[in-house]
Amino acid sequence: MALLEVKNLGISFGGLKAVDGFNITIEEGQLYGLIGPNGAGKTTVFNLLTGVYRPTLGTITLDGKNLVGKGPAEICKSGVGRTFQNIRLFGKMTVLDNVKTALHNRVGYSELSCFLHGPVYRKKEQEMTDQAMDILKVFDLDRDADTLASNLPYGRQRKLEIARALATNPRLLLLDEPAAGMNPNETAELMDTIRLIREKYHITILLIEHDMKLVAGICEYLTVLNFGTELASGTPAEVLNDPKVITAYLGE
Amino acid sequence: MKKTSNRQTWYYAAVIVISYAVVTILLKGNLLNRQYTSLLVPIAVNIMLAVSLNLVTGFLGELTLGHAGFMSIGAYTGALISLNLGKTEVLPAPAAFALALLCGGLMAALFGFLIGVPVLRLRGDYLAIVTLAFGEIIKSVINSMEITNGARGLSKIPLYSNYTNYTVVFIIMVLTVLAITNLMNSRDGRAIMSIRDNDIAAESIGIKISHFKVKAFVFSAFFAGVAGVLYAHNVGLLKPGTFDYNKSIEILVIVVLGGMGSIRGSVIAAVILTVLPELLRGTDNLRMLLYAIVLIAMMIFNNSKIKEGLMMNRTFRKLGKKEA
Amino acid sequence: MLTSIMEQLINGLRTGSIYALIALGYTMVYGIAKMINFAHGDIIMVGAYTLYIGIALLHLPVIPAMVLTAAVCSVLGMLIEKIAYKPLRKAPPLAVLITAIGMSYFLQSVALLIFSSTPIPFKSVINLNAVQIGTVNISGITIVTLAVTTVIMICLTLFINKTKAGSAMRAVSEDRGAAELMGINVNRTISMTFAIGSALAAVAGILYICQYQSLRPTLGALPGIKAFVAAVLGGIGSVPGAMLGGIVLGLIESLSKAYISTELADAIVFGVLVIVLLVRPSGLLGKKKLVKV
Repeated sequence: MALLEVKNLGISFGGLKAVDGFNITIEEGQLYGLIGPNGAGKTTVFNLLTGVYRPTLGTITLDGKNLVGKGPAEICKSGVGRTFQNIRLFGKMTVLDNVKTALHNRVGYSELSCFLHGPVYRKKEQEMTDQAMDILKVFDLDRDADTLASNLPYGRQRKLEIARALATNPRLLLLDEPAAGMNPNETAELMDTIRLIREKYHITILLIEHDMKLVAGICEYLTVLNFGTELASGTPAEVLNDPKVITAYLGE
Repeated sequence: MKKTSNRQTWYYAAVIVISYAVVTILLKGNLLNRQYTSLLVPIAVNIMLAVSLNLVTGFLGELTLGHAGFMSIGAYTGALISLNLGKTEVLPAPAAFALALLCGGLMAALFGFLIGVPVLRLRGDYLAIVTLAFGEIIKSVINSMEITNGARGLSKIPLYSNYTNYTVVFIIMVLTVLAITNLMNSRDGRAIMSIRDNDIAAESIGIKISHFKVKAFVFSAFFAGVAGVLYAHNVGLLKPGTFDYNKSIEILVIVVLGGMGSIRGSVIAAVILTVLPELLRGTDNLRMLLYAIVLIAMMIFNNSKIKEGLMMNRTFRKLGKKEA
Repeated sequence: MLTSIMEQLINGLRTGSIYALIALGYTMVYGIAKMINFAHGDIIMVGAYTLYIGIALLHLPVIPAMVLTAAVCSVLGMLIEKIAYKPLRKAPPLAVLITAIGMSYFLQSVALLIFSSTPIPFKSVINLNAVQIGTVNISGITIVTLAVTTVIMICLTLFINKTKAGSAMRAVSEDRGAAELMGINVNRTISMTFAIGSALAAVAGILYICQYQSLRPTLGALPGIKAFVAAVLGGIGSVPGAMLGGIVLGLIESLSKAYISTELADAIVFGVLVIVLLVRPSGLLGKKKLVKV
């Protein structure tokens, strides 16, 4: 069975159909790319998948379980993590705390421990710190653990966002333009990291990207979105040579 | 990291012991005149009010203008208990006071819950205004109820928490500050702060926003209620007019001056802003003007280029780090 | 019975139209500057004191004193915006709200320092005979209030919809950045909005003080907050909403004072606000806003 199955997904904002009849099937372990011109509805698809918007039509199932109608927090708990196009970090908290916040539902202790800071608190907090540091190391962010997130340079903020999403232990990770605003070196480094986390954490990744090199380089399968509907799907080679796709990107 | 947190624990323990010792010496040695002695409990009450308001305004990032309402619920509940149980000697005084503290806090927390749940759907400006409305509603309801003796208020409340019992007041105040400090350094505290920094991202990592907003409201109301009980048993009389919008603003000024999201700042600002008006005695009108200027100046400074410039400066950044 | 209900309704209409005038200021400023100008209520107070100075101390005739009042308030409104709010255009909303609260406090305490907290009696400058319609008695001040607010509302609606400055205001409230790119002077438009809003508050202050005939530094606080409730009730940012909200609120207040309880009237007014916000968070005529992710 496929990990994520989306059928006939649609949403309209006051008559405008932002996404219409969208289908996607992602197998366990795949690295899938969602591309399309500006305003095609890519981020809207992400918002539908993560429960920020409620679809007007269609079904979304993760591992056979329905996701439609659940809120973002619940969808996260069922195993979908995400990043945002415009970075959304907890700016006034440290890098370490950003990741520890994401461990909230994985390592727990009672409210009483929150107030009293007894032995249970100390043990569990240490556990959280260790887990968070492990994830930060993967992104080479461990040396910035005590820095405020808003004081990180841009590229590292993007990485921290991925680290934070990973900390929720997702089965499916949605990355919204992870390479936006990065220079070619940073992009190359990011590609390596994405490959690495996929292997290390055995997760499935769906990413939105404009950078064709990044997409063609790491994605195994692509779907092109235009005006809210699916234009083409297939391997990168198939899709990027499709005349419809070329027209959509470059015009007639 | 372990080491620094240990050192911090010692540092805080030292501050607590020293401040207690200073208060004791000042009192036992008769070094304070009546006027300053009468300030000791109000200082503690204001610290508790400021720290508890900071929980919602500084850490959760929602402005509430009805904090005095929670304080009044605690004050009236506690006072009614000690008037009916303590003064009539149904219960011994310490038991009656303990019950008053607990019930005052819990009653305020209950109202925090009742108000928090519907108010959750609102944010920002709307939330501020609705809490203001709730504060005024509480005031007018107390004003028109018989059990609270309406506009005439309650009087002859036993003075369980005046300066002669400063040890009890001190302990309750320290426990409040510690509880909130601990809370903010825990998983729940991080969840609350993450909502302030970015609610959409917080939801995306599985934080239930409504759950933690209500929690912050309830905890904040609880401690405001306890502070209200202390207040009631210090002055001995209660009038609904005391707990108006101006009182809420007064607490807000303390939080803003101390720095939003800084517990230490709230404590220091509470001490200063309780003692300062006494020093400027007879200039009550000037005090309001001062508060107004503090609010405006702090906000403009916090968002100005001057502060940005200072933050870029290395020595200042170091200072800032210590603060965090 | 019917007479008494009619009289209460007319009373409600009178207070309601004063609320509506103040609410217009809140709503226009919110639409343009996206902030709650908490100090707006205190402009009413400044207006009332200015009128008092003009008439009792400078011995001006009534009309020039009123013009002076409106002018002082407009200038004050613009100054407040320039000094306190403009530096915070890009600041988080919480900071702006706190500054506005500080400004409100500032105006009250300055008035307190100058005039002290003892109420100053003031004789109404509007002396019109009451009119009797059937058994219902309508006082002169009520007639003036209703006439003035109706005229102002018509003029304001025409101004916003038919003039160039009005369309600039609408453009800025729709999208400040885009308006700026279209060559609209955003700073001037914001200043103008504050000036108009404050002038309306001055008119409200004059009508209010002729009604209550006593001056206190905190006199603007309660009508200010109630008018704000009215603005939110109608849907903040919406001009017709503010008018509707003001009238509705005035009627509710007057009827609950007369038939339920004077003490609880305020609680009822605020209770209505809470209920409306919970059922329709954007108010009666407000637009729903979508958060962009």
